[in-house]
Amino acid sequence: MNPVETVLRTLHDDELALHDDLLAAAEDHRAEHEFHHVATDTARWSAEHARLIAAAAADRGLHLPADRDPAALTRLRRKAAEDLAPRPDGPPGLLAALTALHLAASRNSLHWEMLAQAAQAGRDGELLDLASRCHPQTLRQMRWTNTLIKTLAPQLLTAS
Amino acid sequence: MRERIDRIAEPWGDRTPYRPGQPWPVRRDAHLTGDGVDRWVPAASLLHSNGDAMDVAVRDGRIVGVRGRADDRVNRGRLGPKDLFGWQANHARDRLTVPLVRRGGELEESDWDTAMGLVVDRSKHLLEEHGPGAIGFYTSGQLFLEEYYTLAVTARAGIGTNHLDGNTRLCTATAAEALKETFGCDGQPASYTDVDHCDTLALFGHNMAETQPVLWMRVLDRLAGPEPPRLLCVDPRPTPAAARSEVHLAPRTGTNVALLNALLHELVRTDRIDHAYVRAHTVGYQELAAGVAKCTPQWAARICDVPAREIQRAAELLGEARKLLSTVLQGVYQSHQATAAAVQVNNLQLLRGMLGRPGCGVLQMNGQPTAENTRECGADGDLPGFRNWENAAHVAELAKLWNVEEERIPHYGAPTPAMQIFRYAEQGSIKLLWISGTNPAVSLPELARIRELLRSEGLFTVVQDLYPTETALLADVVLPAATWGEKTGTFTNADRTVHLCEQAVQPPGQARPDLDILLDYARRMDFRDRDGAPLIGWHDAPGAFEAWQRCSAGRPCDYTGLSYELLRERGGIQWPCDAEHPDGTERLYSDGISWAAPDTCETYGRDLVTGAAVSETEYRALNPGGRAVLKAAEYLPPHEDVSAEHPLQLTTGRTLYHFHTRTKTGRTPQLDAAAPGMWVEIGAGEARSRGLGEGDLVEVATARGAVRARLRVTAIRDGLLFLPFHYGYWDTPGRTGPGPDGGRAANETTVTDWDPVSKQPLYKTAAARLTRIAPADGTPAPAPTTTASAPADPAAAPPTTGGPDALADQRPDPAPEATP
Ligand code: SF4
Repeated sequence: MNPVETVLRTLHDDELALHDDLLAAAEDHRAEHEFHHVATDTARWSAEHARLIAAAAADRGLHLPADRDPAALTRLRRKAAEDLAPRPDGPPGLLAALTALHLAASRNSLHWEMLAQAAQAGRDGELLDLASRCHPQTLRQMRWTNTLIKTLAPQLLTAS
Repeated sequence: MRERIDRIAEPWGDRTPYRPGQPWPVRRDAHLTGDGVDRWVPAASLLHSNGDAMDVAVRDGRIVGVRGRADDRVNRGRLGPKDLFGWQANHARDRLTVPLVRRGGELEESDWDTAMGLVVDRSKHLLEEHGPGAIGFYTSGQLFLEEYYTLAVTARAGIGTNHLDGNTRLCTATAAEALKETFGCDGQPASYTDVDHCDTLALFGHNMAETQPVLWMRVLDRLAGPEPPRLLCVDPRPTPAAARSEVHLAPRTGTNVALLNALLHELVRTDRIDHAYVRAHTVGYQELAAGVAKCTPQWAARICDVPAREIQRAAELLGEARKLLSTVLQGVYQSHQATAAAVQVNNLQLLRGMLGRPGCGVLQMNGQPTAENTRECGADGDLPGFRNWENAAHVAELAKLWNVEEERIPHYGAPTPAMQIFRYAEQGSIKLLWISGTNPAVSLPELARIRELLRSEGLFTVVQDLYPTETALLADVVLPAATWGEKTGTFTNADRTVHLCEQAVQPPGQARPDLDILLDYARRMDFRDRDGAPLIGWHDAPGAFEAWQRCSAGRPCDYTGLSYELLRERGGIQWPCDAEHPDGTERLYSDGISWAAPDTCETYGRDLVTGAAVSETEYRALNPGGRAVLKAAEYLPPHEDVSAEHPLQLTTGRTLYHFHTRTKTGRTPQLDAAAPGMWVEIGAGEARSRGLGEGDLVEVATARGAVRARLRVTAIRDGLLFLPFHYGYWDTPGRTGPGPDGGRAANETTVTDWDPVSKQPLYKTAAARLTRIAPADGTPAPAPTTTASAPADPAAAPPTTGGPDALADQRPDPAPEATP
């Protein structure tokens, strides 16, 4: 696997993971209505990104399974569970979940950045299209989690 | 024109046809009881957002009738049925006349000192123990400007809480947000006079005939005259507007963005774009065109379930218009992707260059009479004077005006919207909630949740209202308020027209104007400014108005050129009204976009899907020149869709004869009799396939709750049920909730979900199941036959009439008597 393919694989796994994490957090915080619905809506973007990455990878002979293999899945799930679990010394539940989601989206954003740069350097129009199509939505996921943290933190952290 | 007619049976009265560009002819409506009038006192309608001007008739210290003001720009003498009859609710026998406090679980009569003492003690205690975030205010679209401004200063700079919103959040929040997203600032671009000039009128989710009956009379008069406008109507129900439309689209609920994107697609495809206008006054055209590139009518037809050919015809109508006026209301605002859809209507107008000229414009409507004032004054989720909470200079202006430290005005985040205020109350972090002039126990979604929250031990609720509403009956302290006709103040309608409404009579018992209650609270709380002077330095309505004028100076909603005297003399005047515009301003943006520049705009905008804030840096880069922003939005499927268990879509809305939760209209004999109880609407095809008929007793259930009522079979689209949202419980054995007959408030069934951009709750996208409880016994559903609820088979129900008590005058010319 060449280095670009490694980035593709990482991004594919991480978009799938973000999709799952968004849905899991939406489920855990059903009573936070706005969060619940927007998380569900934006999870769709990550699923779509993973699908597009898999298609682009297939074009270059790299097979990325639509369902991750069970071992990787368990690993990721455990990681997600750790990320999402409120730490005893950390902020309350919803803020912790938003933090984890924000970090996951930021990580994806950095990988999209790498991919776009590599695509430009390698004059790979297809990859560049892929990155320009998906990366803006990743940035929107980041802005959204950031906005919610900014909005909710004052109340959740000071008025108990 | 007949002199007297039954205005329940004929809600819009007789026609005064006129041609384009002519002034709307006068027709003076009046309803008087008994003989003789001592005084006429100027007022405007408080039962819908049209802002119809009227005079109140007073005899022996009592209100005895009303007449429309012939000289007023808004209604030219006409009144709607709610205006003609609704004043009688002021005299209802169950008006609250003394403060009540809860003792041992029961509300007991008390006095002002005791009641206010309790509220003030609790407030001080909470401020000390938990800080300002423990106190929240939920107000109305029914108070006056002077009251909202006083409330805004009290909450923002007195208490220092971010939790202040109005029930206008349920009603007009999307109108405000859509204007902010497109034009950088709130403020209605168009004017009602544009109806006089337009050649094409597009109504998006706006049942104008029932929600703004007087504006609809204006349209009817154009339709009856030479060169009538062509109408486009988007509404799933067979409204009177739909019946008069050249194209009526009845999409599945929750699909507005798909439909609007297809209309935009067609305009781009056929190049019916005013490129010069777009270049000069907007940013974002390329993104918008790219965003709708794939949204063909065929694509939208599958999502919306309307024929592609009809979508094309609608686009042709819009594309061929020379003077296009669009209006938007709850079918968009209370539905899925509310702001995204409302913004697409702004985009339509901008692409066609139809703004700022007679007959060209967009009316992002309000539902409530003083909704606009909550927005201006910052008694909803905004800062006073359309100031931007993210702009340090704007906050500094307020701090200077109020003579307080900037930190005292919470601006670390957007003001908390109503649904989130209730969430904080549910979680226990808001511990005192002061509710004025609104009835959340009937009007918010998912009522079982709201009732539980209002009852909870940890929440102290103060309710300030006129009657023992469902909410008041659950409160800890109830403060009796004065209403329209019993106090003085100004209010502003959807097209920026300001009216003065003067006190005509004394309030009953110990009831007090809302302004007096707020001033009393501020005094007892002893709020001080930086120099130790009282934070609120005014003592009456004129004082509050002057304070507001100083706050509005230099902002879009500039009131500095207005005065009570001028309003008394001239009737309605549109803001901005200042030294440069002493007669007010008919249309905004006639010389280009004026308030979108980064330093002046009210907001930097939000992401139309997630609600994420656009940063100042991004906004400066996107829109350095302060033009209108064309914002694309992708269609998303609704959050709650039909399923095997809940196979029907469910929507809610209102009827012509009622307002809100019937607090006033349910206490008005003619209006109450016209639509006396809850009903369920179903389409004729759907009813046939389910073996159901008119008058069957049915239950409508969603995942949240259920209502029981009789079925009305109408021409509504198949697959959809409709419930009127007015009915609650105060006049049933349950009083605050469902009794032995089951639920009757539509909001038992609605979902807790809101538009992430405007934070307006979604009342129009639930999925439901319908069950027959008992077959019809010959009694038809209690739904009116004069409205969108008309039976598909006219013989199925007797026509709605009002009888002798509903006779009102209408005259073609202003009566010779002098106006006050
Ligand atoms: S009835 Fe509807 S439109 Fe009217 S004020 Fe209430 S929510 Fe707004």
